[in-house]
Amino acid sequence: MKNIRNFCIIAHIDHGKSTLADRLLEYTQTVDQRKMQAQVLDSMDLERERGITIKSHAIQMKYNYKGETYILNLIDTPGHVDFSYEVSRSIAACEGALLVVDAAQGIEAQTISNLYLAIEHDLEIIPVINKIDLPAANPEVVGDEIIDLIGCKREDIILASAKEGIGIEEILQAVVERIPAPEGDPNAPLQALIFDSVFNPYRGVEVIFRVYNGRIRKGDKVKFWATGREYEVEEVGILRLDKEPRDYIDTGDVGYLVSGIKQAKEVKVGDTITTVSKPCDAPIKGFKEVKPMVFAGIYPVENSEFEDLREAMEKLQLNDAALVWEPETSAALGFGFRCGFLGMLHMEIVQERLEREFDMTVITTVPSVKYHAYTTGGKMIEVSAPSEMPDPAMLDHIEEPFVKVQIITKAEFVGNIMTLCLERRGVLKQQNYLTTDRVELVFEMPLAEIIFDFFDKLKTISRGYASLDYEFLGYRESKLVKLDILLNGERVDALSAIVHRDKAYDWGKRLCEKLKELLPRQQFEIAIQAAIGTKVIARETVKALRKNVLAKCYGGDITRKRKLLEKQKKGKKRMRQIGKVEVPQEAFMAVLKLDQ
Amino acid sequence: MAGIYIHIPYCKQACYYCDFHFSTSQRTLPAMIDAICQELNLQKDYLPGKPSLQSIYFGGGTPSLLSPLHLERILNTIYKLHHVETDAEVTLEANPDDLSLEKLQSFYQLGINRLSIGIQSFQDDVLRQLHRAHSAKQAIEAVRQAQAVGFRHISIDLIYGIPGVSHNRWLKDIEQALALQVGHISAYCLTIEEKTVFGRWYQKGKLTPTDDAVAAAQMALLIERLEAAGFVHYEISNFALPGQFARHNSSYWKQLPYLGVGPAAHSYDGHSRQANIANNALYIKSIAAGKVPAQGEVLSPQDHANELLLTGLRTIWGCSLSRIRQYLTPRQWDGLQQEIARYVAEGYLQLENDTLRLTKKGKFIADSILEALFVVD
Repeated sequence: MKNIRNFCIIAHIDHGKSTLADRLLEYTQTVDQRKMQAQVLDSMDLERERGITIKSHAIQMKYNYKGETYILNLIDTPGHVDFSYEVSRSIAACEGALLVVDAAQGIEAQTISNLYLAIEHDLEIIPVINKIDLPAANPEVVGDEIIDLIGCKREDIILASAKEGIGIEEILQAVVERIPAPEGDPNAPLQALIFDSVFNPYRGVEVIFRVYNGRIRKGDKVKFWATGREYEVEEVGILRLDKEPRDYIDTGDVGYLVSGIKQAKEVKVGDTITTVSKPCDAPIKGFKEVKPMVFAGIYPVENSEFEDLREAMEKLQLNDAALVWEPETSAALGFGFRCGFLGMLHMEIVQERLEREFDMTVITTVPSVKYHAYTTGGKMIEVSAPSEMPDPAMLDHIEEPFVKVQIITKAEFVGNIMTLCLERRGVLKQQNYLTTDRVELVFEMPLAEIIFDFFDKLKTISRGYASLDYEFLGYRESKLVKLDILLNGERVDALSAIVHRDKAYDWGKRLCEKLKELLPRQQFEIAIQAAIGTKVIARETVKALRKNVLAKCYGGDITRKRKLLEKQKKGKKRMRQIGKVEVPQEAFMAVLKLDQ
Repeated sequence: MAGIYIHIPYCKQACYYCDFHFSTSQRTLPAMIDAICQELNLQKDYLPGKPSLQSIYFGGGTPSLLSPLHLERILNTIYKLHHVETDAEVTLEANPDDLSLEKLQSFYQLGINRLSIGIQSFQDDVLRQLHRAHSAKQAIEAVRQAQAVGFRHISIDLIYGIPGVSHNRWLKDIEQALALQVGHISAYCLTIEEKTVFGRWYQKGKLTPTDDAVAAAQMALLIERLEAAGFVHYEISNFALPGQFARHNSSYWKQLPYLGVGPAAHSYDGHSRQANIANNALYIKSIAAGKVPAQGEVLSPQDHANELLLTGLRTIWGCSLSRIRQYLTPRQWDGLQQEIARYVAEGYLQLENDTLRLTKKGKFIADSILEALFVVD
């Protein structure tokens, strides 16, 4: 155990986390150059393309230092606020962290909340200034920032360039020398933390864990604390580039187990593994049931593809434990699914994976949070889609989820951020100066106001220098109304939204204007109306198309025109016919783009 | 049954709306004539089955810029390589400012028997707005002189839907065209193309395109006036007195094979389409090296079906559904029939036995209808 080091890397997007990880793997000969594919750790195509890590990963390296062999477990962490709980669990599995900062950019806000999370868990922080080979590198100033932030000594900071292979050896030495070896009692009952799971279509779910106490052996009967389920361990092993089976995994080490678990949702990140025969006294602290925060309908473009979509959703759920869904019906869109997501990024990922991995073209409806609607009879109804809202006559009041929002930013952006949060019905609760330049703002806000584009807005107005974290507070009463959209007099349930009463008029007006831009002109006039109940509050008209015919069609025009019309027709395939009106996919997401 | 198109890629100046391939520098012209003759040789077997030629068409650019000697060389090359029918249509596109009496006489003597004159408007301020090189007076004189020389087939081009041009002024243009007693009128609604001066102005917000309701009204006016004067509306943008239909252009719409020679020219052999490179210098260089710089594609059954719809529906001949059906799977055919039924019911299409045509109302939104009918995966 004294030769084990568990650590993660904390870095802003683009600051070179993946390149550094690749370099460490190369240096320790975990991966040979031949097999090296940039960003080995990001295994999903989507991750490699977007340059972000969606799921956690872990990999074990062997490193010889001063005549001894050390086992280094690098635990990669997801990099988005939607997955902050997963980050906290990965951090809980480590004793140390590399804080990687770009030598030209300096510390970015996204790094800070993860850094604090690591400090909270008593992790040893090894600061690394990366990309020192860049012409714009300024390690002096960036070094000052790091010293301000974590109070380390200047000589503790390692200067590196993952791209050029500078400083890699030093980093490995620091991991061994500075990060403490794990502690724990090898003779105590098994207590291991699940911090990730990977779906394998042939072997079922592979559970990735860190052993706190005791030892996990092949053939053990184990129990997952939170779910109460019991399994026999068919295989345990360590995570090299490929999985390598072992007879057991000991205290302090990281490994995987396979036991024929068929569905990802049986494995909950943060859960504790123990043995059935000799269970530990208590679970590892910090477990939370991950609950979806954002709900939206997902519909096939063609009604006939409903069964294909169901099959795709089932397969997707096998390796996405956070995704929940149930069938629903929309008058406008037919049969589809009401889905729950961790946040907006998670929703985008699901949509994109459906398109890429299953070749499904889908329509996603306006995202919503879960409301509590109380009827005059005192009954509470959970509402996660506007169509579930009871009739206004039956409605007593509505409650919506509130969150505590923590924003860390530079002093110069406080004014802009205040304005944004107040617009979003936020109430300022605290304002703390962490340093002379760094401010922490705490607001209480309705969750609905932050799930759409809040984070993007925040990043824009703070030029990227703001980090966001939020936690659930509870349900509070709000004056909310259901806003309907009518196309040529027909109510389109998939375009309805639940909004605050004071914002309904503005919202309705802007939504009508946006839809006017998005609806293609057709052979007849289209009336777009926004209404609360029976009262119309806004109206726009899409004029009828009077003339649409190409003037010239000679030799060279024929191919060009044919291709253009074919392309347009393919685009129309993504449209839904509502009454006689053709509505493009984007229109259902128009609500999200009201400010653009 | 086949035709040859020759592209002459030079113009005196650039009209603000035109996105055809041309150069305003005539430096490469002599080499271009050599290259065109050379390409005619290289492509002598392109048309399947060595058909006799029914039409020869000089387009551009501005073919009337050519000297009679150059034209003669090209024509002689064609006559040497192909059998040209005695009554073949030989068309030359011309701008009024090139048509001096001597030139007209030379063209006539060379066997050019049809002129397509780019007039566009009979109003000087509009001509300036379009950046044309001639005046209204020159246009009228050119037509009269061509008639005097003996040309019996004259077509003129007009443009409507120009921003700021009222219905009344458009009507005046139509009346003036009729007064000239030409047998063929091509009238195009102004399209703002991306890579033109108008396109740039539009992007910068300096040019507001004509509202489609206004353009539709001008198109309706055009059809009404020309039909009243005895013209047949035989293609979306083409009107002719009986016996004056453009034979070469009609071959495009009837899916007949044609060979296009010169930079940016397109060819069709019944199975595949190809286009020459749209660059004068590269074209000349490649031809000199003995290679036709063309890129092409073989039409899939689905492409054939869509092209039959696209070209056929624009004309009074319509398209034959049984011919289209050959190219489709049963499922695609069912889908097409459903769409046809819908547009027939709404009065945009009419079906007469096997022939599908646009109705008067349908002509105005032909592209929307085509898009709906098109077969895509």
